[in-house]
Amino acid sequence: MSPLFSANGLTKAYPGVIANEDVSFEIGTGEIHALLGENGAGKSTLVKTIYGLVKPDSGEMTLNGAPFAPPEPRAARSAGVAMVFQHFSLFEALDVAENVALGMENPPKPRALAQRISEVSAAYGLPLDPHRTVGDLSAGERQRVEIIRCLLQDPRLLIMDEPTSVLTPQEVDTLFATLNRLKSEGTSILYISHKLEEIRALCDAATILRRGKVVGRCDPRESSARELAEMMVGTALHRPERDITPPGAPVLEVMNLTLPPASAFGTALKDVSLTVRSGEVFGIGGVAGNGQDELMAALSGERRTDHAAICLDGAGIGALPPRDRRALGICSAPEERLGHAAAPDMSLTQNAMLTGAERRELTRGGFLNWGKSREFAEEVIERFDVRTPGPEEAARALSGGNLQKFVVGREILQSPRVLIVNQPTWGVDAAAAAAIRQALLDLAAGGAAVLVISQDLDELMEIATSFAALNAGRLSEPHPMTELSLDDIGLMLGGMGAETGETAA
Amino acid sequence: MDLSAINWLTLLASLMVAATPILLAGIGELVVEKSGVLNLGVEGMMITGAICGFAAAYNTQSAFVGFAAAAAGGAALSMIFGLMTQVLMSNQVATGLALTLFGLGFSALLGQSYIGIKGIEVSAVPLGPLADIPVLGPVLFQHDAVVYVAIALVASVWAFLKFTRAGLTLRAVGENHDAAHALGYKVVLIRLAAIGFGGACAGLGGAYLSLVRVPQWTEGMTAGAGWIALALVVFASWRPWRVLIGAYLFGGITVLQLNLQAAGAKIPVEYLSMSPYVITIIVLVVMSSGRGRAALAAPAALGRVFHKSG
Repeated sequence: MSPLFSANGLTKAYPGVIANEDVSFEIGTGEIHALLGENGAGKSTLVKTIYGLVKPDSGEMTLNGAPFAPPEPRAARSAGVAMVFQHFSLFEALDVAENVALGMENPPKPRALAQRISEVSAAYGLPLDPHRTVGDLSAGERQRVEIIRCLLQDPRLLIMDEPTSVLTPQEVDTLFATLNRLKSEGTSILYISHKLEEIRALCDAATILRRGKVVGRCDPRESSARELAEMMVGTALHRPERDITPPGAPVLEVMNLTLPPASAFGTALKDVSLTVRSGEVFGIGGVAGNGQDELMAALSGERRTDHAAICLDGAGIGALPPRDRRALGICSAPEERLGHAAAPDMSLTQNAMLTGAERRELTRGGFLNWGKSREFAEEVIERFDVRTPGPEEAARALSGGNLQKFVVGREILQSPRVLIVNQPTWGVDAAAAAAIRQALLDLAAGGAAVLVISQDLDELMEIATSFAALNAGRLSEPHPMTELSLDDIGLMLGGMGAETGETAA
Repeated sequence: MDLSAINWLTLLASLMVAATPILLAGIGELVVEKSGVLNLGVEGMMITGAICGFAAAYNTQSAFVGFAAAAAGGAALSMIFGLMTQVLMSNQVATGLALTLFGLGFSALLGQSYIGIKGIEVSAVPLGPLADIPVLGPVLFQHDAVVYVAIALVASVWAFLKFTRAGLTLRAVGENHDAAHALGYKVVLIRLAAIGFGGACAGLGGAYLSLVRVPQWTEGMTAGAGWIALALVVFASWRPWRVLIGAYLFGGITVLQLNLQAAGAKIPVEYLSMSPYVITIIVLVVMSSGRGRAALAAPAALGRVFHKSG
């Protein structure tokens, strides 16, 4: 069988960096082909080349046996290549149908289009109302918009760039069912991810990129996740080690915390209680939008609460602002790296100053000591292997994984008594994620109380000692992680208590 | 003060005339802002249009040529802004302000030999029996063509943005230029087209002042109308028909204060003259304070520099 798509010797260089070097691979008809690689391995450049957004310096592609060199996305689309972007290419103020129309070459009349959207979305089990404004949709629903937009064009090759990074486990299942169905209908899929288990479950073939070059090809169903990861990283992967130490005294306690939502789209926290002990990693799972951001804001001090609702060592701190909490040893790293955890256009030195000023004593008499701040930033860069030219680099210029290492490292090096992190490894490649998780475990082993809010269940199962789930602003009863099965966790995420007594056996 | 001295029919009729310059400039700026560009140079483009229109009309004795020249002049000036902000990626606010200052000075230079000359006559559109309807006739149907063109323009812009593919693309570019680029739309070209349209509209608005409303050339004759047009777009929450309502509201205030002056109101003239501008400020404060409602309606990419990468 001749391949549907082939790339031959694709090379693309940017000033100072070769994004793709002599990349060749083939995708068969009706094949789900994985493209694997760490951040910065050249995956994005490669798919942009296929989609006509980037012109290769040399090399050629074929589609269906014919030469294929799309000068722009329009040409790629009309040739039957469709793409679901990692960062959604959607327009929030426009409705679903308008968004779909913008991604099509010859959209039908609005009414006919709305009907087609309803039909196709129902047929593929991706319910979607064509008249809703995209700004009101959840991440999973937004992705459906992108997928439907692609499906309406009957693509022969569908490119998916990290499609599951924002999805809940249930949404991932739905997505996989859709993709498998497309495959059975003869559509080829190029699937980009660094979630190795997903690739093993879904893909028929894999091409692995490292520093712009193809370093391996394999059948992911016959390779272990570890083998894949090591091919990707190029060295043996260090898996986080966990010493099970008995947790110590309670450090952070939350008692019956109830908080109204901050905005019209927010979630109210209802009667949330939890205790994080010294030496413990407390994991909070849950589907996005169930109160994670609100809990994070209440714990970090961005939103004040009843003074007694949050206690550190038994003393109320609920009414204290973030600075005072930092001074007491409560550090936090929010989910959104750019704009929340770090100021995008400020240098790493300046960002280090922003949260490290108190605990690292980077100020004296109200004046900023930039020299010390720079040393602190350099320490973070060195200890957490942040790949950047130096501490004067703007936060925006770092890749997602490197900035995440910096943001988490910046908090850990302030030797906090309590560390609260939200989505610590979101959008981070395997090696960086492993490093961050190890750092969190080390911090807990050193006696700190660590609270991890995450939507990545694998991550929580790997590092958490206790687990509770957030559902519609309510926190479930916490359980020791070792006593929980995946089914229990699923039930807890759905708002039902786990019956640990039966499954622990 | 003698309110009975005010002829309310004339007032309503002149309201439409007074509103037309800011209506034209406002609807043009609306399209520009919908594409995600904030051009603060409306005042400069208006006054350039005013002198281009006046000079061309005077030399050819044709109002049509005058308006065409005004549109071309405004568009040409706007292309300087377009080149600076879209190609050279300069800051839109600073460039827009510079454009206003440049336009004011440049128009004064161009207009030196036209000061004090009486302009040409722009006649009303013969609307036949419609013009003879009592009350409605003088208020609505005895105006020159540009008044009706301006209203037609509002309708066209509304229909363009709402029903056409090109209009949808324009809104998409103003909403999220990175996504539009990823889908293969030519962000810079679309924005340049919008900027040019805005410039032409502002030029028309300016020429309406120098050819119909006044009608002669004086330096700085737009007297802040461009700023009112900018405020109008915010007041209208970026919706075409509301620009029309807003323009008539401001036009009404302008005409009313003139009439009050003529009627000998016991308020100092200065207060009356500043009233449209004060109202502009009040409207902007009220609109902006309503828990970000105005901000919600604004195109999300408004004023942000688009940098093509990858």
